[in-house]
Amino acid sequence: MQAFIVMSWTFLQHNWPELLLLTKQHIGLVSASILVAVLIGVPTGILLTRYRALHNPVLGIANIMQTIPSLALFGLLIPLPFIGGIGWRTALVALVLYSLLPIIRNTVTGILGVDTNVREAAVAMGMTGGQILRQVELPLAMGVIITGVRIATVIAVGVTTIAAAVGAGGLGVYIFRGLRQYDNNLLLSGAIASALLALIADFLLGLLEQRFSLEKKNRGLSLKQKSLLAGILLIVALGVFASLRTQRSATSATDAGQVTIASKDFTESILLAEIISQLLEARGVTVQRRFELGGNLPHEALLSGEADLYPEYTGTAFTAILHHDPITDPRAVYDQTKKEYEDKLNLELSPPLGFENTFAILVRGNDARRLRLTTISDAVPQAPQWRAGLGQDFMSRADGYPGFSKAYGLKFAEVREMDLSLTYIALASNKVDLIAGNSTEGRIAKLDLVQLQDDRHYFPPYEAVYIVRRDSLSRSQILREVIKMVGNRITTDEMRELNYEVDGDKKDVKEVVRHWIISRKL
Amino acid sequence: MTAAPNKTIVEFRGATFSLPTAATPIIDALNLTVSSGEILILLGESGCGKTTTLKLINRLLAPTSGQVMVEGKLTTDWDAIELRRHIGYVIQEGGLFPHFTIERNVGLVPELLGWANDRRIARVRELLQMVGLEPDKFIDRYPRELSGGQRQRVGVARALAADPPLLLLDEPFGALDPLTRASVQKEFAELTRRMDKTTVLVTHDVREALLLGDRIALMDAGKIVLLETPAGFQRSDNPKARAYVETLLMEQAVDKE
Repeated sequence: MQAFIVMSWTFLQHNWPELLLLTKQHIGLVSASILVAVLIGVPTGILLTRYRALHNPVLGIANIMQTIPSLALFGLLIPLPFIGGIGWRTALVALVLYSLLPIIRNTVTGILGVDTNVREAAVAMGMTGGQILRQVELPLAMGVIITGVRIATVIAVGVTTIAAAVGAGGLGVYIFRGLRQYDNNLLLSGAIASALLALIADFLLGLLEQRFSLEKKNRGLSLKQKSLLAGILLIVALGVFASLRTQRSATSATDAGQVTIASKDFTESILLAEIISQLLEARGVTVQRRFELGGNLPHEALLSGEADLYPEYTGTAFTAILHHDPITDPRAVYDQTKKEYEDKLNLELSPPLGFENTFAILVRGNDARRLRLTTISDAVPQAPQWRAGLGQDFMSRADGYPGFSKAYGLKFAEVREMDLSLTYIALASNKVDLIAGNSTEGRIAKLDLVQLQDDRHYFPPYEAVYIVRRDSLSRSQILREVIKMVGNRITTDEMRELNYEVDGDKKDVKEVVRHWIISRKL
Repeated sequence: MTAAPNKTIVEFRGATFSLPTAATPIIDALNLTVSSGEILILLGESGCGKTTTLKLINRLLAPTSGQVMVEGKLTTDWDAIELRRHIGYVIQEGGLFPHFTIERNVGLVPELLGWANDRRIARVRELLQMVGLEPDKFIDRYPRELSGGQRQRVGVARALAADPPLLLLDEPFGALDPLTRASVQKEFAELTRRMDKTTVLVTHDVREALLLGDRIALMDAGKIVLLETPAGFQRSDNPKARAYVETLLMEQAVDKE
């Protein structure tokens, strides 16, 4: 426990500036989206009290918005023009959609809850509709409306963590990164910070709500109440300002002399993206990093012009993006992918970087040496006594377990489906006897694991390449040179080493890449 | 009484009001005139249509057929906002705005009419004095800090704020305890005589009707079944009127014991 606290303390010391930045982004996104949601939601709520026929359809739509899982909503928004894309704008739209329901509903409830006697008196006094709304209905409904804003804010603080998946930043960046790297420091600092934000927001808005509830109301606003209100407004203003600033620096991706590099959300992709980024920066190009994007987002970002380059694997491009059935000849996959990317997508494939990240069938070094195993076929006779530990991904995908076991005629004593990252440790500690890992996993050498050769060429090739927009290439001479430079320069062993330095030794990606570039004299 | 006699302020001509969902009308071809300076009482049981009659005057409701006129002009021809600012309206418990101080509550119509601040506050103080509430003590309070009787007085003060020629009161003293009610009724009677307002007051309390009214309109099922002076009402052989008078006599008998 003590060791953990010490570790967390040093972690915080090192990561304090970034954590602060992410927190600011988080507050900015939440404040901006709540502000927009109030500006849309309150008038909508008022409208619904005037036109009752709209009530059910509008609240129904807002209700459905809230039931869409947040990740799916982000995904749905990405391909849309104007409001879609990656980053801040998409996150803002999704957050606003989420926040609308409680705000609209509480506005309606608050206004309809105004005592009918009071409303009738207001009409009979000769107040106009606008006067009744501003002077009677809204002030009396304010407590309930603020409750709605409070609920929306707390929800938004939570949902904003998901916004990291579309590259909008915020504390979710630490949570996602922590999940990926099995780093509790990252995970906890992201999660605890966002939980604290939610609690603080809830507390402050709770105070505000109390001030507006009738029972506590007294002669005007006291100094304390005024300073509370001013404090909340200040936080919102600072947050909006901070996010506007980050947003401004995040736009204009395609300016001359500036290149936007994207990456997927795992260590190897981030490393490859960082390599090209540092090489460009060393040559005077301004690089905008849009790393750690989930799913197919980097590809979408290239298509929409929001990014210029990202690292990809030929097999993934061939099957997942071009929707072909897997084939095993690396040359054929590369050539056909390159041609179709040029013709159909106006994107360029760089020369292969020199390594593959494919499924690696791994056994313990001891067993390999004792039983003289070098190929997968060698292992077939052993399989009936063996337990296999396989990741969920491998169990389900087209080029995974069902085809694999059939191709080699493998029958295991037991097949355990488990988290991919845990399989390495399970193998090393004799809990299983064979796993399907990633060929560039850093721990393969450290744990003395041996990769068996795919002697029947079952697995499709997954050669690492960069995907680049063709107009970016024609615009930047330096980009062309740098891409050529790294062609065929990274071996599988090197990639394993780099991955291990980040995931195993917990070193900073930028540092790791800087050392590698120096050692390779690039 | 100083007003020009017999000038008609409110007139119902065969006014009917019915809801689309109900078979029988709530107000059934009503004919009635209220003259300048008069206090007219609408007396009847719950659901007889007396409140609806009141709401037809300040156009909280419009007649489904027939006509309702205020100062010789159809209520539907009036600008509704102007008409209502022209008429004082008091409801049970005052219908005060809970989030306004007494000052803002009473000064609301002057504020809506755009009076200067000084004039408005002076008027509020004058009115509070008039309804027997010490201005310095009450002007900054909120309605919930007042007793029921005090709230009712504030409601009356609010209705009088812009000096409207016509006052409508809907069971204004209904929520008060009997002792407070008696004193407020007495004060109100004096106040209205002194101020010379045309007044329509809805009540189900025959004692109140006899105490305050120049004329009493007894309503039943959306119609006026008897229209009499208090003296005439007590002498009437209309069975409903007699039932009312009898309950009154019984109460007095109990009082004497």
